[in-house]
Amino acid sequence: MASVFEEAVAYLPKDSSYKLLPFRFIRLDPARYVAVNEVGEWQTLARAELDMLVHKTLPPENPLYLSLKSKHFLEDQDSDVAIDLLTLKRRTKQARIPQFTGLHMFVVTLRCNHSCRYCQVSRQSEDRSAFDMTIPMADKGLDFTFQSPSRAIKIEFQGGEPLLNFDLIKYIVLEAKKRNKTENRKLAFVIATNLSVLSDEILDFCRTHKVMLSTSLDGPEDLHNANRPNVGNNSYQITIDGINKARGALGVDQLSALMTTTSLSLPRVTDIIDEYLRQGFRGIFLRNLSPYGFAIKTKVFDGYSSDEWLNFYRTGLDYILELNKQGLRLTEFFTGLVLGKMLTPYGTGFVNLQSPAGLGISAVIFNYNGEVYPSDEARMKAEMGDKVFCMGNLLTNTYEEMMLSTALLDPLSDSISETVPMCEECAFLPYCGADPDYHYATQGDFVGHKALSGFCRKNMEVFRYIIKKMEDDPEARAILESWVRW
Amino acid sequence: MLKLSSTIRSLSESTETGTIVRRITDNPNYVPALRSNEYFLNRNGHAVPAGFGGYLFATLPVEAAAPLNSFLLDPEVTFLEHGDVIRITPDRKSLRALYRRNSPHNSFLLTERCNNFCLMCSQPPKPNDDSYIIDQILRTVPLISPETRAIGLTGGEPTLLGSKLIDIVQALKANLPHTAVHMLSNGRNFKDIAFARTLANIQHHDLMIGIPLYSDISSIHDYVVQADGAYDDTIRGIINLKSLGVKVEIRVVIHQATYARLADLARFIRRNLTFVDQVALMGLEMMGFTKFNLEKLWIDPKDYQPQLVEAVEILDQARIRVSIYNHQLCVLDPRLYPFNRKSISDWKNEYMPECDDCTRRQECGGFFSSAKLRYSRYITPFKTAS
Repeated sequence: MASVFEEAVAYLPKDSSYKLLPFRFIRLDPARYVAVNEVGEWQTLARAELDMLVHKTLPPENPLYLSLKSKHFLEDQDSDVAIDLLTLKRRTKQARIPQFTGLHMFVVTLRCNHSCRYCQVSRQSEDRSAFDMTIPMADKGLDFTFQSPSRAIKIEFQGGEPLLNFDLIKYIVLEAKKRNKTENRKLAFVIATNLSVLSDEILDFCRTHKVMLSTSLDGPEDLHNANRPNVGNNSYQITIDGINKARGALGVDQLSALMTTTSLSLPRVTDIIDEYLRQGFRGIFLRNLSPYGFAIKTKVFDGYSSDEWLNFYRTGLDYILELNKQGLRLTEFFTGLVLGKMLTPYGTGFVNLQSPAGLGISAVIFNYNGEVYPSDEARMKAEMGDKVFCMGNLLTNTYEEMMLSTALLDPLSDSISETVPMCEECAFLPYCGADPDYHYATQGDFVGHKALSGFCRKNMEVFRYIIKKMEDDPEARAILESWVRW
Repeated sequence: MLKLSSTIRSLSESTETGTIVRRITDNPNYVPALRSNEYFLNRNGHAVPAGFGGYLFATLPVEAAAPLNSFLLDPEVTFLEHGDVIRITPDRKSLRALYRRNSPHNSFLLTERCNNFCLMCSQPPKPNDDSYIIDQILRTVPLISPETRAIGLTGGEPTLLGSKLIDIVQALKANLPHTAVHMLSNGRNFKDIAFARTLANIQHHDLMIGIPLYSDISSIHDYVVQADGAYDDTIRGIINLKSLGVKVEIRVVIHQATYARLADLARFIRRNLTFVDQVALMGLEMMGFTKFNLEKLWIDPKDYQPQLVEAVEILDQARIRVSIYNHQLCVLDPRLYPFNRKSISDWKNEYMPECDDCTRRQECGGFFSSAKLRYSRYITPFKTAS
């Protein structure tokens, strides 16, 4: 019987030749390179190891060889299933594209009782007829919404302060639910609100119809009030009161908060995180602001560079990881999104981390006046006079005209990173995306020169920073892995 | 360990031809109209009701001569109960319980042939033509009690039966609409999408295929199953089955050749095969080829706990259902307790002398009977309740 079983060596590849499967590489830090394959699996290597890999001299018994084979960077004589699996993973990553538009935003009014420094659209006005969406317009918006083939439809109410036109929100929710009796979509609602006019009537409605609330909390009282001025200069207190009231009525999981980073926020990241903790949040999105809007609006004040934001982000992430190491559970959501692209076979719905970008095909926004835009930034640009992204108007254009408009298709086709100079060779392409709004605003075209791009600089450094954490700090790695939403 | 087969002695003339497959009852008042289908189990030799298709006696009949088709059971056979299905092979004077109504672990061995030759196979393959088994199973299925929760199909490699396997699954679907079916297969033949489709087209209500994958690296998997090219076939088989909506469980036996890359395998599964329905990480069973290859395979379970913990966490994070089979609670890292299942079939489940005073035996998976050959040096009874 001894001769019946073969030893392990008998099953090694017949010879040590192998071929390379598609991947890109880039310097990670002075000591290391990182190679990333088409579907986002990565491997760090020393320069000498990278040389051996590409010159096909890596020996099959080397642990690095096994790791690279497992992650489909190379294919040897022993197995030819790698292409099948890569194909499957690629299809899985792109599966969101045929699902098409999920998020539909209704700007139910431009009127607002705040005048935030980073907002270009709000109007301090009592004139409902000038800045409110009408019922016929909302009906057209719902017609558009239900033309999307997406199984899951999320309707988000935007402003201005959307609760200033609560009657229309009620109409849209009830009408959408009525239509959904035959449409059978997975329907969700969220109101982006400063909570200042929250009433029991509104909360009752939200509870009955499972409408979630999303609010803005920019940090501690002084910072929040400086970023978000209102009459009475008490936005912070209003927000905190609203958060507590909404949680009591709807449940703690029905309300989320977003922060926006201004130049005032830059030195305050740990204060901001502490404020989120004090208010009972267990996650925070360290969100940078598209720099074009308010810089133009307010000329001198508030612009900051990608490097300044990166310092803010790195300090914040380090602080959050440290808190986690002490036993607190706190997630940074932007890092979580990026990790999702790094660790899972799935894509993301985040508009600017996709290729093509999610413009129009992940999310679309209906302005109060019926104009349709592929992103919130695009409609803000329009409010400042440039309607380059306007896909059409609900009252005068069909769904097909708007979804096939050059205003959408041009920036979309320019957002396919695989075809964009410098992106197509960047190791981080599978983690990244495109931001035609940003590049149009900063460089005057949808693509932009990536060497001059703040979007590019910001994302590349975030990817590097996360990979280094994952590679060098096992404790941080375990925490980061737990942030991924599978 | 429970003995499921024994010798048997004929007590009378037989009207049966060939192998006998019958359901038994011990109910002397069984509806007369249905008696001719059943064999009557008589435990004391007294009061032999008339009209049954045949009779099994635990002791010789006392009052009268044995009726037609009577057999005397071996004294060892004590487990038979109402609703069980037995096979009698008269010319070999043997009886086997094919189905036990009160056991949660009923399974059918479909063939002893296999196209792998695994180092740790507990049921070493035999090349003989054993296609007669199919007929017996097809005769057994209609006799199985409809409230049976689950039936296992094992081998050998069931897919070597080709269309006969399809017939069996079809019979299980048709006769047992509430019974789950779990089939153990190496998955290789499902690389043929047409074959996979014939299985999927049965639209069985609750079928899962348990398929072993021993490594993320082809040469290591092929070494463990001693078959070149098996890894590629198995991967393609899994993909085909899942693409057709057939449920798949990945099964990994942990031993010397597989433990080191267990976490890499877990990462590979969640990245490439994240759509599988569950993953089972299993301890070694000291049966069949394992005994012969023991020095190549044995690693004390205590010594692979770090790899096991990492693998379980990787899969659990990805929301893949993961279970640990065939492990004793006292050698497992406590972080793994929620994943531990008592999986060893009742008829081969035992405990060691060390376990006598243990307070947590009820929660423990215990041992295969065969584990006496070798088991962890860290077996320690728990002294306090959980």
